[in-house]
Amino acid sequence: MDQRILTALIAIIAVPIVLVGYIQVGEWLLSRLPKRIALRMRPYVWVFPAVAFATVFMVLPTINTILISFQDAKGNPVGLDNYVFFFTNPDTLGSLKNNILWLVFFTGFVVGLGLLISVIFDRVRYESLAKTAVFLPLPISSVAASIIWKFMFELQPKGRPQTGTLNAILGTAGFDPIAWLVNTTTNNFALIAIGVWISTGFAMVIISAALKGISSELLEAARVDGANELQVLRRIIIPLLMPTLTVITTTMIITALKVFDIPYVMTSGAFGTDVIARQLFARIANSDYGRAAAVGVVLLLAVTPILLLNIRRFREQEEVR
Amino acid sequence: MSVATRATARVATRSTARDLRQRFRKVPLHVSVGIVMAIWLIPTLGLLVNSFRTVQDMKTSGWWTALYPPAGFTLDSYRTIIDAPGFTDSILNSLLITVPATVIQVVISLFAGYAFAWMNFRGKDFFFIVIVALLVVPVQLTFIPVLKLFAALGLSGTFVAIWLAHTGYGLPFQTYLLRSYIGSLPREVFESADIDGANHPTKFWRIVVPMSIPAIAANLIFVFLGVWNDLLIAVTYLGQSPNRPLTVLIGQQTTSLGGNWQVLTAAAVIQMVLPLAVFLGLQRYFVRGISAGAVKG
Repeated sequence: MDQRILTALIAIIAVPIVLVGYIQVGEWLLSRLPKRIALRMRPYVWVFPAVAFATVFMVLPTINTILISFQDAKGNPVGLDNYVFFFTNPDTLGSLKNNILWLVFFTGFVVGLGLLISVIFDRVRYESLAKTAVFLPLPISSVAASIIWKFMFELQPKGRPQTGTLNAILGTAGFDPIAWLVNTTTNNFALIAIGVWISTGFAMVIISAALKGISSELLEAARVDGANELQVLRRIIIPLLMPTLTVITTTMIITALKVFDIPYVMTSGAFGTDVIARQLFARIANSDYGRAAAVGVVLLLAVTPILLLNIRRFREQEEVR
Repeated sequence: MSVATRATARVATRSTARDLRQRFRKVPLHVSVGIVMAIWLIPTLGLLVNSFRTVQDMKTSGWWTALYPPAGFTLDSYRTIIDAPGFTDSILNSLLITVPATVIQVVISLFAGYAFAWMNFRGKDFFFIVIVALLVVPVQLTFIPVLKLFAALGLSGTFVAIWLAHTGYGLPFQTYLLRSYIGSLPREVFESADIDGANHPTKFWRIVVPMSIPAIAANLIFVFLGVWNDLLIAVTYLGQSPNRPLTVLIGQQTTSLGGNWQVLTAAAVIQMVLPLAVFLGLQRYFVRGISAGAVKG
């Protein structure tokens, strides 16, 4: 307990003093320097903490991990062995396959439902209330969301009353209960559904904001010209929302590739639901560093196209500025 | 009743039939909105109801049976979980991790955001391109070297370690957001401050910070929730430590309890309370944070 009180004191007193003190002392030192040098040095004083953190915690460790991926657990060079292992081992291959399922279905459902829901909600007067409902899971942690969904997917032996919401509904409709999390045809989709439930609100909010930007006269004109609602959606709304949809899609692809919490809490990766990020975690926990690093590098390669796309988009935005 | 309203009322009665038809045509719309809302609300409602039932009840009947009498509501789960070893500590840990990690991250990003937006220096574009690239680099990739680093520094399992880690991981995104916000502040304000002879700290504390309050508030809320809800980073650096937060405790218990995970219902509710309160209380800032986040892609 004492250690915690000390930590709290550090957090409340020392952290702000260090942060504010850094810039004040830095500027004081700059003021002692000749003006010309101070002018050139000043920006580095301001960006130093950020650049240092990014370098120590992101850039150098990433490079280091790439190097480790060519070593065995003891640090001896083994060439491409860890990658050969990744692409021949059923566990890692299985998780790669599941990440592709996440990539396709999680992304597809989040973007698709986000679009559909914002278009539907746009037509009712209680729109903001309705949006709050869909948005509500977003501030909930994946850990809590997993506990929430355990009650949705729960299965009791046949004959006993079903306590899981979905199996109770199935039972009422006269169907047999399903072992959602164990059955290998349903379990990955069950986990993806949790992710969709959490993230759709995000897509909805963004799409809905973009939707408000489309002139209603344009939509009216199309309707007057005889376009039905589906055509309005396909020919006008979706093309106009394309930049927004692209941004959300790339964000969701990254989320799908990095997914960890839901499989970790729901199944610990059992019953063929494992994903790359959890494989990586489990291998680190076993000090199987070389293979873990190779898993990480595969993950990095998977996000690289989006990384390059983002840089290109950023450059374009900068030119406009 | 004024003449005008009476007239409107008469018009209204005349067109009732058409109104009614119009309203009926809207029934499928309202039904679908209702279904969507139900799908998104029911799971959380189920957890909430179950958290006030005994574990025995949770295992033998669905949460909806408690909606009609005898409900059998009790605080048993909450009592059990609060008495459970390490539970109250882990709530405290969550706060001790979240508050400093949030403050450090946002303040450092403000410094950098200001420099990137309003100062010129060699390497500026390069540094910022790296920041943009880091937005999508999976943090998992850094775990092995950073774990070794903490071990070498004697920081393994400490609060300081997780503050630093969260700061390093969250910083690129915060810097990215704050740079674009600070960069959009009007140039004239800075120019007139220059004429008055204001130095950079003065401009930063008197102009940049006060004018960026909406962005800072949105970012603080957003980072706070992100760190509070984080499992991956905490389980990696504090998985075996007495300093582990609530999310790690719940996550590890769910996997280790197996068939008895129902005791964790109350814990999950307690974990959710703070984010939900923040969300409902500060929804506007929260939505702004989300929308700003969409720029990153």
